[in-house]
Order: sequence, then C-alpha cells, then structure tokens
Amino acid sequence: MSNATKDPIARGALTHPDVTRLDDVNRDVLKILSAPGKGWWALFGLATAGVGLFLTSWGWQIYRGIGASGLNEPVGWGVYITTFVFWVGIAHSGTLISAILFLFRAPWRQSIYRAAEAMTVFAVMTAGLFPLIHVGRIWHAYWLIPYPNSRFLWPNFKSPLVWDVFAITTYFTVSATFFYLGAIPDIAAARDRATGLRKKLYQLISLGWRGSDQQWHHFGKAYIFLAALATPLVLSVHSVVSWDFAVSIVPGWHTTIFAPYFVAGAIYSGVAMVITLVVPLRKIFGLEAYLTTKHFDAMAKLCLLTSMIVFYAYLSEFFMAWYSGEEIERTAFWNRLFGTYWWATWIMLTCNGFLPVMLWFKRVRYSIPALFVISIFVNIGMWFERYVIVVTSLSHEYEPFAWGIYRPSVTEMGIMVGSFAWFGFWFLLFTRLLPPIAIQELKEVLPPPMRKQKEAH
Amino acid sequence: MSTTGGLLASYEYLDSTVDAIEQLKKAGFKGMKAYSPYPDHHIEHALGYDQSPVRVWTLVGGLTGTATGFAFTTWTSMDWPLVVGGKPIVSIPAYIIIAFELTVLFGALATLIGLFILSRLPDLKPAVVYDPEFTAGRYGVYVEAEGGRLDEARKILNGQEPIELREGEGGADV
Repeated sequence: MSNATKDPIARGALTHPDVTRLDDVNRDVLKILSAPGKGWWALFGLATAGVGLFLTSWGWQIYRGIGASGLNEPVGWGVYITTFVFWVGIAHSGTLISAILFLFRAPWRQSIYRAAEAMTVFAVMTAGLFPLIHVGRIWHAYWLIPYPNSRFLWPNFKSPLVWDVFAITTYFTVSATFFYLGAIPDIAAARDRATGLRKKLYQLISLGWRGSDQQWHHFGKAYIFLAALATPLVLSVHSVVSWDFAVSIVPGWHTTIFAPYFVAGAIYSGVAMVITLVVPLRKIFGLEAYLTTKHFDAMAKLCLLTSMIVFYAYLSEFFMAWYSGEEIERTAFWNRLFGTYWWATWIMLTCNGFLPVMLWFKRVRYSIPALFVISIFVNIGMWFERYVIVVTSLSHEYEPFAWGIYRPSVTEMGIMVGSFAWFGFWFLLFTRLLPPIAIQELKEVLPPPMRKQKEAH
Repeated sequence: MSTTGGLLASYEYLDSTVDAIEQLKKAGFKGMKAYSPYPDHHIEHALGYDQSPVRVWTLVGGLTGTATGFAFTTWTSMDWPLVVGGKPIVSIPAYIIIAFELTVLFGALATLIGLFILSRLPDLKPAVVYDPEFTAGRYGVYVEAEGGRLDEARKILNGQEPIELREGEGGADV
C-alpha cells in the first residue's frame, strides 16, 4: 500500500484514471457478485457466529428479564442506549455522502456512496433493535406505535421519546427508499449479465428498468428531490436523538449545544465507519481503480473537520459547566474527567480529540493502513462518548442518596458486540447481492465515448 | 398498425447517438426513444425535455405530510385534553418535529410513487425493444415509422454507424 502514496496516477486529475471504457465498470463491479473468495467467507463466518452471540444474549435476557442487564436505579440507560445512539450516528454519514454530497456535487462520492448508503440502512436496522432490547418486555414493543390505549388516551406528542419514534421510522423508510431507488439501474445492469435464479431475482427487483430517456429523466429529478428531503432529515434525526437527553434536566445533558454536537459526532463516526468498511471491500474485491487514495483523502478530511467540531463541543461543555457557576453541573463534568468513569472519558478524548490530529498530515491521509487503524479508534472513541454522556450523568445526579454505579453485565456486552456482527452480516450479504459500487453514477463522471474525438486522434 | 415498423439502433458513441436523434427530429420523426447506461443531458437536450412533473408529487406529498403532522397531533391533544408538564394543550413548537418528519416521509414516498407512475415502473413484461448492453456501455435509439418512411429512418440511423440495427413491428412500449 505504501507505493500508492508515491503513485502519480493516484493523485492525478481524473477521479478514476484507470477506468477507460463504460462497460469496464460493469465488468469490474459485477464480478464482485460472482463467486466470493476465502476472505469473504471468513468474514461471513465470523459475522454469523456473532449473530449467534447476539441472539443468544438477547434470548437470555428475554428469558430472565431485564435483570439480566446491569440496568437499575439510578442508571436506567446504559449500554443499550449507548449502542442505539452509536448506530444511529453511524447511519448518518451514509446519508451525508449519498444526499448532501450529491447536492454539493462532490465528485468523490460516486464510488463510495452505495456502500455508505447500505451502511445507513443496516445501521438504522441495528439501531432500531436497541429500543426493543432496552424495553425488556419485547412483546410489548408495539406500544411504541402511536395509537390510543384502551382508555382512548393518545401518546404525548410533546415527549422527545415519541419524536424519536417518528424520526427513526421516517429515517429508516426514507433511507431505504433512497438506497433502493439509486440501486434500480444497477440491479438492471446486474440482471443483464446474470443467469438462472439470480437473473429472475434481479428481473423482479429491477422492476423492468431499461434505461430509456423517459425513465432517466424522471429518475434524475426524483433522485434530486429525495436527496433534498434526506438532507434536512439526516440533520433532524440526530438532533431529535440528542433531545432525548437535552430536554431532560439531568446535569450534563440539559444543554442547547447537544443537537449540533450530536450531528457532528454522528458524521465523524459514520465517515470513520465508511473507511472501516471500504478498506476490506477494496482489498477483497480488488477495487483499487475505483477507490483511489484520493477518495480516502477526502473522507479523512471530512473526519478531521468533524473531529474538530466534536472536540470544540467537548471543550465548550467543560467551559460552560465551569462558567455557569452551577455546583451540580460543575460536579458532573469534574466527575467525567476524574470520577468513577474517568477512563471512559479519557478514551473518548484521546480517540476523538487527540488522535485525529494525525489526519492533518498528508502522509497519513494517503496511507490506507493508517486510516484503517485510525477509523477503528474513532469508532471506539465515539462509542465511549455516548457511554460517557449516558452513564456518568445518570450515575451522579442531584441527590446524594440517588447516586450509584453501573456495571454492564455480560449479557449486555454480548448484545453490544453481537450488534456489530448483526450489522456486518447484512453488509456482507449486500456486497454479494447488490452492486456495492454505483455503476451508473460512476459512468457519469467518466468521459463519454465520442466518435469524433477518436477519429481525430 | 401493420404498416408501422420499429427500428432499434445500438451505438457505441454518445455523439453518434445525439446526432442520430437530432437528424431524426429534423426529418420530422416522432415517438423516438433513447437508451443509455447513465442519464445524459445531451440526449435529454436532443429530445427536448422540459421539467419533470415528479416535482409536483414531491410538493403535494410534502405539504400533505406537514398538514397531517399538525392535524394529527392537535386532534389527539384536543380529543382528551390533559395538561402535561405545564405546557399548553396544543403545543405547536413540539408538534413541529412530528410535522417535519411526516413532511419528509410523505414527500419521499410521494416522489417514489410519482416516479413509478411517470416512468411506467414496474414493467415486468419481457422487453422486446431492448439490448442488454444498454446497461453496460451502449446507447440506443428507437424510432417508429410508417411503412413509407422506414427507409428514410433506416438511412439516418445507419448514417451514424450503429453496432447493430434491428427491425420489428411498431407499437413496442418503452
């Protein structure tokens, strides 16, 4: 990989200098869907085992009751809510890359956006399980749906938890729609090269797409409008998640900075997750021509920017706690740094504040192994950020008699670790069933084949 | 309709495709279709496309969502008025969030429905006028002509050196 930094082509003016013909893209991308290599099977086996752990741990909790977790008074929100917020955050950069960068016409989004979008859909799927796990009695989960109870009382729409239900379900629906719509022309491309059962499947899910002028015309417009709708949506969803905290009066939560702070953190962790996912994808399926170091450089810069916003938010929280002169608020933040959970806070500060400083260096941004390692630390750091916010605040609120310590149980950790496998399971299946790189959008950035030019040469 | 014939030409180059469309248009042919592996504005321009009505679907869907969001929250609060947290029974600021989410939800779903209706998807009939290379690297032009004018159309299409030219009966959809 180190020779990639010296390769002049990789830094060339073209986004994809090694791809010359339009049907090269089909050939290179669609071969991913054929027989998978050992690397894929190894990862898939690992993911399946992890899903087993996930279901076993959850099954144990369903059998034993919520007491199987470490949740109790005063810390009623722990690893589950932490992981929920983590996965919702991961989802965000998928929509950022697919919708916001689409509206800004960022040329480097084409080769990563399909994978990023898939990441969004599966991350929301994973996140959506955590409220269900957290409520304990899963068979009552349908109570989350806003409908009147047996005494005809409706849910309270002034409550952030009800907002959250709307935000998450809308987010899942819209991001899945956006993902599917963008994939239709590529599924058609896969259909035209596939045989047997796969061909039948693609015929069905490509809905008979032919690439006619009329279809492209409406498709292009619909895609822009969906991007325009998804853009404010992505910003709203994590804001709503942050209000689950900020609308309460718990010290450390009750701040107006939470919405932008959460959104920046979400994008930060999400871009890191895209790097974590795309590096093996590139390696396993030999996509070096499509995922160049320039793409990784762009993602690293996005990571760097959002890490600075996040770190600024940390500093501003500490400053405001001190400057407010409020004793309880001050204690809450003192506790973060030096209290029971000091280690979690320092992991968070190291991974999100200090480590990304390395991204200022071009050598690091152009080194794929370095970025891969950093991206994993970023994800660890962002998980701990949510842990710090959720747990330190709840364990040490106002009244001394209501202070307490929370220790995650083995069941909780099993579910948390298993959720990564659950996510990976779907993502790996996706890479084999749908073209993980957007075929038609890549063609838009390639120079179109021109007869006149060819004859002139 | 037996006198109408259809011609489908597959091209390797974008400029050939655009030239063929423009010449056909100049010669007064109507009902042309173009196929391409990606949306190309040269082709859209040659065919003389204007705004897509998808935007109306998005707007109507979005506004319906906003109205539903406010109406739903307000109605349910009025249905059995309970003061919660000292807030007014109808708290518009809190309902903005629900209204916003439903705006996006309804807007997105309406856009999708609009797209499907306008571009006639899903269409699971076997494609008669189609070349599987259209999703890979080829462009296509399809034109229908009355029996007398078929030769003229064929000449124009052949003039741009197609990889393949197929003929059949007219009336093929999309």
